[in-house]
Formats: sequence, C-alpha cells, structure tokens
Amino acid sequence: MAKPLVQMRGIVKKFPGVVANDRVDLDIYAGEIHALLGENGSGKSTIMSVLAGLYKPDAGEILIDGTPFAFASPRDAIAAGVGMVYQHFKLVEPFTVAQNLQLGERQGSFLLSDVGIRAEIQKFEVRFGLAVDPDSPVWQLSVGQKQRVEIVRMLYRGSKVLILDEPTAVLTPQETAELFVNMRKMAAAGCAVVFITHKMNEVQAVADRVTVLRGGKVSGTMLCREVHAQQLVWLMVGREIALNAERCPRGICGSEVASLKNVKAFNDSGRTGLNDVTLSLRAGQIFGIAGVSGNGQKELAEVITGLRTVTAGTVEYLGEEVTNLPPVELIHRGISYVPEDRLGMGLVPGLDAVENMLLKSYKHPEFSSGWLINRRAAEAATAEIVRQYNVKLAGLSQPVRSMSGGNLQKLLLAREIAEHPKLIIVVYPARGLDVGATESIHKLLMELRDQGTSILLISEDLDELMKLSDRVGVMFGGRIVGNFAIEEVDLEEVGLLMMGLFRSEEERIHGDDR
Amino acid sequence: MAMTVKFEKRLNPSVAMNVAVPLLSVLAAFLLGAVFLTLTDRDPVEVYETMFKGALGSRYGLSETIVKAIPLMLCALGISAAFRMQLWNIGAEGQFYMGAFAASALPLKFPDLPAILMLPGMLVLGCLAGGLWGLVPAVLRARWKVNEIITTLMLNYVAILWVDYLVYGPWKDPKGFNFPLSAKFSATAALPTFGDSRIHVGLLLAVLLAILFWIVFEKSRWGYEIKVIGSSEQAARYAGMDIRANVYKVMLLSGAVCGLAGMAEVSGIVGRLQPNLSPGYGYTAIIVAWISKLNPAAILVVAILFGALQVGGFFVQTTGVPASVASMLQGAVLFFVVGGEFLTKYRIVLSRKEVV
Repeated sequence: MAKPLVQMRGIVKKFPGVVANDRVDLDIYAGEIHALLGENGSGKSTIMSVLAGLYKPDAGEILIDGTPFAFASPRDAIAAGVGMVYQHFKLVEPFTVAQNLQLGERQGSFLLSDVGIRAEIQKFEVRFGLAVDPDSPVWQLSVGQKQRVEIVRMLYRGSKVLILDEPTAVLTPQETAELFVNMRKMAAAGCAVVFITHKMNEVQAVADRVTVLRGGKVSGTMLCREVHAQQLVWLMVGREIALNAERCPRGICGSEVASLKNVKAFNDSGRTGLNDVTLSLRAGQIFGIAGVSGNGQKELAEVITGLRTVTAGTVEYLGEEVTNLPPVELIHRGISYVPEDRLGMGLVPGLDAVENMLLKSYKHPEFSSGWLINRRAAEAATAEIVRQYNVKLAGLSQPVRSMSGGNLQKLLLAREIAEHPKLIIVVYPARGLDVGATESIHKLLMELRDQGTSILLISEDLDELMKLSDRVGVMFGGRIVGNFAIEEVDLEEVGLLMMGLFRSEEERIHGDDR
Repeated sequence: MAMTVKFEKRLNPSVAMNVAVPLLSVLAAFLLGAVFLTLTDRDPVEVYETMFKGALGSRYGLSETIVKAIPLMLCALGISAAFRMQLWNIGAEGQFYMGAFAASALPLKFPDLPAILMLPGMLVLGCLAGGLWGLVPAVLRARWKVNEIITTLMLNYVAILWVDYLVYGPWKDPKGFNFPLSAKFSATAALPTFGDSRIHVGLLLAVLLAILFWIVFEKSRWGYEIKVIGSSEQAARYAGMDIRANVYKVMLLSGAVCGLAGMAEVSGIVGRLQPNLSPGYGYTAIIVAWISKLNPAAILVVAILFGALQVGGFFVQTTGVPASVASMLQGAVLFFVVGGEFLTKYRIVLSRKEVV
C-alpha cells in the first residue's frame, strides 16, 4: 500500500480524571473510507478532534504527507487539509449557503463576491453529487441538506481528509444511503473519509477499513471485507454480546390505557406541532413512534403528560378524559415520562442522586413527614434503587452532572418505574448510549411491558423500534402518517413515510434523473 | 522553553479551600486598598488600624457595627430567598423603604395605640408592604416574562421618592421647623434595645430568621421545590411543580424580609420617617448575600464584616481620609471573592513545553 496520508503516532489526550486517548496510533490513506468504531467514551470523537485541531494532544505527533504538524486551532488543521463535520452543525442559520461558505475565509478584496463560490459549489455537485442551493438560507434546509453544506464547506476549504462525526445519527435511511454514495465518490476522487459511528451495519455497508477503539486505546484495525460483525462487537466491548438478530418476544396486548382523538397542539414557535393525531395505547404493549426528530414527537409526549396545551381534540386515560389536566395530576394518576432531555428536564444536573430521585415523590408520606423532607428515608430508597438497577455513581450526594449517559438514563428510568406507572412515555431512550447500556435499558422496557405497563416509545433508531415495538406509528409534519402492527412493517415504506410521502416521490424522480 | 498556563477543573473542591479562599480574597482586597492608599500618600497601616479600632476596638464601635449589620443581615436574607430560585431581586432597597413607610404609618396616624398592638402592627405592616412591593415584579415576571432585574431596580427609585414625597409633604412634622422629617414616634413604637446600646431586637429577629431559613431551604418540601426550580425550571415543570405560584411566594417572602429591615430601622434606630434612611443597605446586601453563597449563617457573619467596613469608613474620616475608602473596599472584597471562587473550582497548571 502507498504511504499513509495521515499518520497519528502515540497520541495521548488527558482530561481531568480520565485519559481519553492512550497512545493511539492511526494511519489514514488517501482514497479510503475509514470507519472509527467504539462505544461511548471510547475516545473516538476525541482522537478526531485532535486531528481536526480542536484539542491539543498531551503527547504524540501528527504527520500529514510525511510532514509533522502541531495544530493550534481548527484553522491550522483546515489549512493542512483536515476538515471535520461535527454532529452539531456549525452553520449560521440566517445566512445563505454561499454566505456560510464564505465565513472564516480571508477575503482578498474589501467587497464580498460569491462568483467563485458558485462555481465551486457547481463543481462539487458535478463531481460528488453534493447538490446544494447557494441562495437558500440555512434555516430552511433539512438536516440532511445542512450536513451536505458542511461537507461542501470543508471541501471548499481544500480538505483532503474529511472527518464525519456520527453523520447518520440524524438522517433518514434514504438520506443515509445517499450520503454513503457521496462518500464513495469523494474517496474515489482521492479524499480520505473518516467516519465515526457505533452502528455495525454502516461499517459494513460503506467502509474500506475499520479501527475499533476501546477505553481510549486502539483495540484493532482491519479491512472490512475480512472481518465479521461479531468480531467487531467483541473488539468494541471486550466481551460477546448477542447481536439483536432475533426480535424480543412480543407482549400480550391488554385493554386500552390511553387514547388520543384528533389532537392538535402548537409547537414552541407557535406553529402547528400536532395535527389531528389519533392514537390508542394498550396495556402490555410497546407502541413505537418512528420519525425524524422535530416532526411532532416532543409535542406528542408533552400533550399526554400535560406539559403542552391541547388546542383541539381529546386525550383519554383509563376511561376518563384528561385533556389539559395539570402535569402533577397526571403524574399522580400514573403517567411516567422519560424525556429526550435527560439532564436538564428528566434530571437536575446540579442536584445529587437522592434529590433527583425525589423529584416526583417528594410529597409522598414516606419521604416527607409534614413539611420537612426525610432525607434519610430518601437516601435509603435511592441506595436500594441504585443497587437494584446497577447504577454506577460517585456517591449519593454527588451532583448527577458527572454521571455517564448510560447511568443517567438508568437512574431516570428507575425513578419513573418506581412510580409504578400504567403508562410510560420514553423518548430516544438509547440515544448516545453504548451497546451495553442500550441493552440494559431495552431489557428494563421489556420487563415493564411484561408487567402490563403501556409504553409509548419514541425513537429515531429503526433497529430499536423493530426490536421492541408491538406496533409502529410513523410521524411526519405533526401527523401520524402510518400505523402498523409489527408483522406488517415494511422498513422501506417506513423510511419513505418518515420523509413524507410527497417529498419521497419527488426524491424518487430526482433519483432517476441522476 | 515556553510556559503555558492552563485551567483545569477541580473534581472536588476541598472544604479547606472553600474556607481559605474567601479569607485570602478578603486579605487581597485590603492589599489592593493599601496600594491605593499608598499612592495617595496615606499610610495604609495607620488607616486600617483606625478603621479596625474604630469599628471593632471599642464598645461603642462594636455596637455601631452591629447596628449597621442588622439591616444588612435582614436584607441579605431576603435577597437570598429570591436568589435561590434564580430570581434576581435587586429591589431590596425599595422594599426596605416601603417597609419603613408602612410601619411608620401606624405610630404617625395612631400614636396612642396600646403597646401590645403597636410593635406587632408595625411589624406586620412593614413585612406586608415590602412583600407587596416585591410581588409587583413577581407578577410581571410570572405573567409576561418581564425581566425582574429591571423592574425591581426601577421600583427602588419609586419607593425612595415616595418616602421623600411623604416627609416633604403630607407627613412632615408641623413642629419640625420645616425639616423633611416626620413627627417623632411615641415610645411604644420603639423596638427594645439591649442594655443602653443602640443594638435592637432586630438582631434577634435576624438570627431567628437565619435559622428558620436554613431549615426551610435545606430541609423542607418547599425548600426542595425552590432548589429544583432554581436549578432547572424545565425539570420543575416536568415534575409538576407550580412555578408561577412559587415565583409569587418567594418574592413575597423576599420583599417581606427586606420590608422588615426597613421597619426595624425606623422603629429601632431612627424613631421617625425621614429621607436617606439607608446608605444603600439594599445594594450592599446583594454583595453580602452573594459572598455568603446564600448560606444564612454566612450571611450573619459577612453582614458584620460589611457593617464594620461601613463604621470603619466613618472613623477614617477623622484622619482626613474620605469615607469612600470603605465603599472601595466593599467593591474590592466582592471582586476578589468572586475571582477567588474561580480558583476553588479550577486549578492553574503551569507547564513547560518544548517549542516544536
């Protein structure tokens, strides 16, 4: 093989209390798609942030084309041909695509001109199929389009090495497929594409080589066509985990627990958030909601929990109408909620584990005699829950802020389960969690379902939905645009519905054109 | 060789740090003050000696320090209640004046009220007026999201001018040679004092309130609600807590305690309503509350320190140094304590690095 384009040797990066990268060696070749696989906290984002000039390594060296570089900032890295597309896009929303591309560029003349940019954008469209409209304001673009703008921006700045941090996390299956095609074209043109992921199937679908990180160290680098998924999992977690080849046993549906009839609600910006949603949730059933986030999922969860005003239609729970009852009343009646925003809504970052466990039960007689809170009883109950659910934390009196995502989610779910809910709404429960933590969260949800709890599972992860759900609904533009029993689900159709039928047809036509 | 300076977050600030850093910060503030005094050809040792001897070295000085500390304690406690919920009540000064005004109404309009009704009545009126004055911004904030920093601050001027209007106009003492003062209160309207000092029962009230505050905010259900709302409003909403009602309750409490400070001042010290009742107690109390990190026990101690600074300031005037030295020191103390807080949270790491 030719000389590597990028050589990272013995990279060490420490943060207070942790070694995020421990003597990491990594070679990246021109023309390859290199996947970086690892659980959360394995150091894959850190090592790429080092390469992109965001972090300075504590030791080690970076060579590009054989020349050593010490990046002081991402600007240096970009100048050396390394560009990174982060999970959270760094675009100025009110600006147009062309204006965003101009940002940060040293301009030769006083007056801005975008003639050159238009030509370049045109070039990228022809070469890589990266079609973007230079005059569209960024806020009007879909997530997939914004991502494309970020990629184009990096190419425009002359990146030979393109790093994508979990690029598919926000995309629909169709957009993902399109991204993969673009990635291959870029690699074919001589770029090195590095992409960070924790999805096995993506590695196998698109990557040439894969490097697996575990606990900040490289646990293996290999050619994708020579490696088995099971092997990768083993390298990732250091132990074997049954891949979710088989679906979990289905629940037995009981009577109706809650229902929505023609419910409408506004979203935070005062536009239509929910449009005529009708839904029936049953005991012992997991109802999965698929959809790209921002299509009414949050609003759906909030109208059922009383956090958002229903403007039309009715919500029924256990045979009674509960439309627009205050949240506290619905909590008392047994509706639990694991929100998308774990730290900040579900849990209070600055409070300790005990205080967080009390969030919904601080008025229960067992934890407060009269007007004073019985801290000792609360501590005992928290210790018991921490033990039972195997939550790892520094101490019961430490702020939960410092806990890892998986443990936060366990603590949160444990608290909600402790309320003995009849209905629980769970939003993106495994987002950002590693394989092990995801597995235990899924197990908890299945156990809960088997006890007869009705579960509304809102997720963007189709694998997760297929694994857990008994029914799957698809949300788009505030509507339920599809509602299937699990046996009838056709993933292709779900994917299309997630993008809205109308748009999908248009895409199809475009797809034929190319 | 190049030195690089880095700030690393400390995982667990030690208890010793939490005590030592504020003390050193206060020391640093005095050192800074010394630099300025030296620059203006004063001997800082002499000036500080005068200040300390004046404020703490005699029975009289000590009692004056406590007298100044009482309104600071009460206002800082009141402020701390609001700050716990991230309600930035800058209106202690105004609530203090409204408390003073309402409490004065009773002895001025009903001077012959029996003693058992007079003081309790003044107390209730003072708290009520201060509380209602705090409730106005609370309603604006809870209903229409009007920034309470602005409204509480602006209401200070309204309250101060209202008291001015009363003592220059309708409540002016007809036998007062046209001075802008109300008539003197009857003896029944004066808070009892300790021995022959000017220290009044307000001190006892402040200590009792501090204990009560500690129990309420650290141990009670309501305190827990305030803590959650103050930490994350979203989480509080999610847990079904009534945020609006708590904004009202907390601002009512906050204002009432500041109003109590005003009542204690007119009743315990001044004995009449007059302009310039407060040399900015309501503002200094913000510093006191902040430096104390809203801890009630710390508020009592820090209030005494700031009381001493104020009294010390009066004393240095006798040596020809302006009393504003005290104000400067107050500012410097806040500056250094807040800066010092950074050091308890982060450690400075100096590292030598080979230049590549």
